[in-house]
Amino acid sequence: MTIQTPNGFNLDNSGKRIVVDPVTRIEGHMRVEVNVDENNVIRNAVSTGTMWRGIEVILKNRDPRDAWAFTERICGVCTGTHALTSVRAVENALGILIPENANSIRNLMQLALQVHDHVVHFYHLHALDWVDVVSALSADPKATSALAQSVSDWPLSSPGYFKDIQGRLKKFVESGQLGPFKNGYWGSKAYKLPPEANLMAVAHYLEALDFQKEIVKIHTIFGGKNPHPNWLVGGVPCPINVDGVGGVGAINMERLNYVTSIIDQLIEFNDKVYIPDIMAIGSFYKDWLYGGGLSGKNVLAYGDVPEHANDYSEASLKLPRGAIINGNLNEIFPVDHTDPEQIQEYVTHSWYKYPDESKGLHPWDGVTEPHYELGPKAKGTKTNIEQLDEDGKYSWIKAPRWRGHAMEVGPLARWIVGYAQGKAEFKEPVDKVLKDLGLPTAALFSTLGRTAARALESQWAGYQMRHFQNKLIANIKNGDSATAFVDKWKPETWPKEVKGVGFTEAPRGALAHWIKIKDGKIDNYQCVVPTTWNGSPRDPKGNIGAFEASLMDTPMADPTQPLEILRTIHSFDPCLACSTHVMSPDGQEMAKVQVR
Amino acid sequence: MAERKPKVLVLGIGNILWADEGFGVRAVEAFHQAYKVADNVTILDGGTQGLYLVHYVTEADYLIVFDAIDYGLVPGTLKLVRDDEVPKFTGAKKMSLHQTGFQEVLSAADLMGGYPERLALIGCQPVDLEDWGGPVTEPVRAVIPQALTVAVDVLREWGIGVEPRAPGEAVPPLLENDIDFERYERRAESASLSA
Repeated sequence: MTIQTPNGFNLDNSGKRIVVDPVTRIEGHMRVEVNVDENNVIRNAVSTGTMWRGIEVILKNRDPRDAWAFTERICGVCTGTHALTSVRAVENALGILIPENANSIRNLMQLALQVHDHVVHFYHLHALDWVDVVSALSADPKATSALAQSVSDWPLSSPGYFKDIQGRLKKFVESGQLGPFKNGYWGSKAYKLPPEANLMAVAHYLEALDFQKEIVKIHTIFGGKNPHPNWLVGGVPCPINVDGVGGVGAINMERLNYVTSIIDQLIEFNDKVYIPDIMAIGSFYKDWLYGGGLSGKNVLAYGDVPEHANDYSEASLKLPRGAIINGNLNEIFPVDHTDPEQIQEYVTHSWYKYPDESKGLHPWDGVTEPHYELGPKAKGTKTNIEQLDEDGKYSWIKAPRWRGHAMEVGPLARWIVGYAQGKAEFKEPVDKVLKDLGLPTAALFSTLGRTAARALESQWAGYQMRHFQNKLIANIKNGDSATAFVDKWKPETWPKEVKGVGFTEAPRGALAHWIKIKDGKIDNYQCVVPTTWNGSPRDPKGNIGAFEASLMDTPMADPTQPLEILRTIHSFDPCLACSTHVMSPDGQEMAKVQVR
Repeated sequence: MAERKPKVLVLGIGNILWADEGFGVRAVEAFHQAYKVADNVTILDGGTQGLYLVHYVTEADYLIVFDAIDYGLVPGTLKLVRDDEVPKFTGAKKMSLHQTGFQEVLSAADLMGGYPERLALIGCQPVDLEDWGGPVTEPVRAVIPQALTVAVDVLREWGIGVEPRAPGEAVPPLLENDIDFERYERRAESASLSA
């Protein structure tokens, strides 16, 4: 029987059920179940985060000025973004301002994280959904060189270079340990690149792995160390001493010049490697335009990267802010984090309990009370689920909604909002990609579009870094060396009870922390993270979430090799570590792929 | 050619927010508090950085890793695994929250041509990996001093100098802002008592 969801998807769970658990190459643990029809086309999709989130409990009664250090530990991927969101939430609650230099430095750190995450995600977690590593072994190095030189003037492109890479790969594959490549479905018909394009991509996989370490040096310079850079409520923790030589931790001209050189390198990498690779891959997959899901309907962006310190208005934010509903790009709705009617989390289909589950709760009034039970139609037991019942509770992820709508967040959502705003810096690159690939605007709403938007954003972020680096240097040269305001540092200066919200655009989408502070301590702390938006289960009205929507109507080449599912889910760069906590109570191992 | 000193990395991995999953980071933190090392030795709190740690690994000639590993042994049991045996264990089922198992980090280092010459994995069998926000359990906490002794023995066997710090020596902490072991655990316990 087919059911139409309010957000416009036709669900039919009568066909064969396929269970993918765990979904590999993501941070955290997630499971996907789909039903396919007789032609192996996905007609129903169920996504579940099998972990329970609990940062709220850990932060209760702690010092708000330390909250960033805890949130930085939630996951290994967007450490700094959580920290930034946290200090902004505390500053918002307490009315603490930051100096202009701190704003530039925070933007540099956030944008560096954006580029780092996008590059690592594409090459090391997502490229293998498009690139058949084993096929690269049969490539002709000369032809690979010709291909590489036809798409870019990046210098590492000689036949000898690709021959050497191929030799390393061969030795590695023959040793029997596929290592980072072990979770691929090599040889699947769903791979479309010729061997030479595969070899070029493998070479860039290795180059990106080597290059990523340069990007994070920006965090070491401004944050004092990496991993886990330092942050500060009221500014940034690094003092500026422009004439200093080798001063411990202080930012001097030598360090600033070093940052400038890293920015130049990452711009070059984006321009000459990442973008050409996306175009090359896109040209072979441009008829595979599945996976759009909610992106053509409902997208949400909070905005980030303020041009001016302490100004989080839409005009100041360089990454766009706004909500689009029902695919109407002519109307962009304003977003207000403090309005109790706008962002609400539901738990009808999540393993939590609310007094009234037909209603959603605004994060300031959020409740996180676990309640683990399976729906009546679930198969298996609580500790060994064979099949979920999506009519009941089925995920550890809550269902956030914006004015009742399920929303997609992330690079594609941001770029759609920017595109709809008609801003040239977003519209022109998108139109160019579409034109070069010979695709209509509608092609943007796809898995490929999501992957391309991430690459365009990495490129955009590089140029923004150059802007803020120049701004920082100019400001310092004008004699302003302030990096922190400490007039409201002491809790004695704070009101007895306050609340605030901090938001950012994490690499994988809109992120916000809501905080309540009472008597100088944290009274309530709620994070709504990007993967909570994208990975959300159904809500009381039956709207499916972004992951679920994205899988609908995708044909699978072979249901026992769920490459298409992984490709689309990976295109969101999901990070389950912070959206959820551990799987079922006994944490049992589950099968990889089951066809029922 | 003058003999180059080997570069040594002493690495702790895991998530401090997640009960015994924090063993690796807490062990390396304790190691840093207790021992002084030469400047060719790097002490690193690797957290759950996964693949982002690869360049630290490729730069190391010798590598010691502290981590919580499910060997199926009695909780709190320490196990030292060396060299070629290490990848087999770090890829064990349900190693940790971070899906990029450390095995993949080692494989990536290998593919990049930077596999460490010598490896030692000091693993501890966890009691509880799933109590989000909970403390490191007593059996695991109790075994940390012994884990440090194992690390010191391995380093000395490799010819790497390591000396106990003088009593009362001021040491810059590896983890700050209330997430150091003592403060984190104290609050976690009092929070659970009041819950």
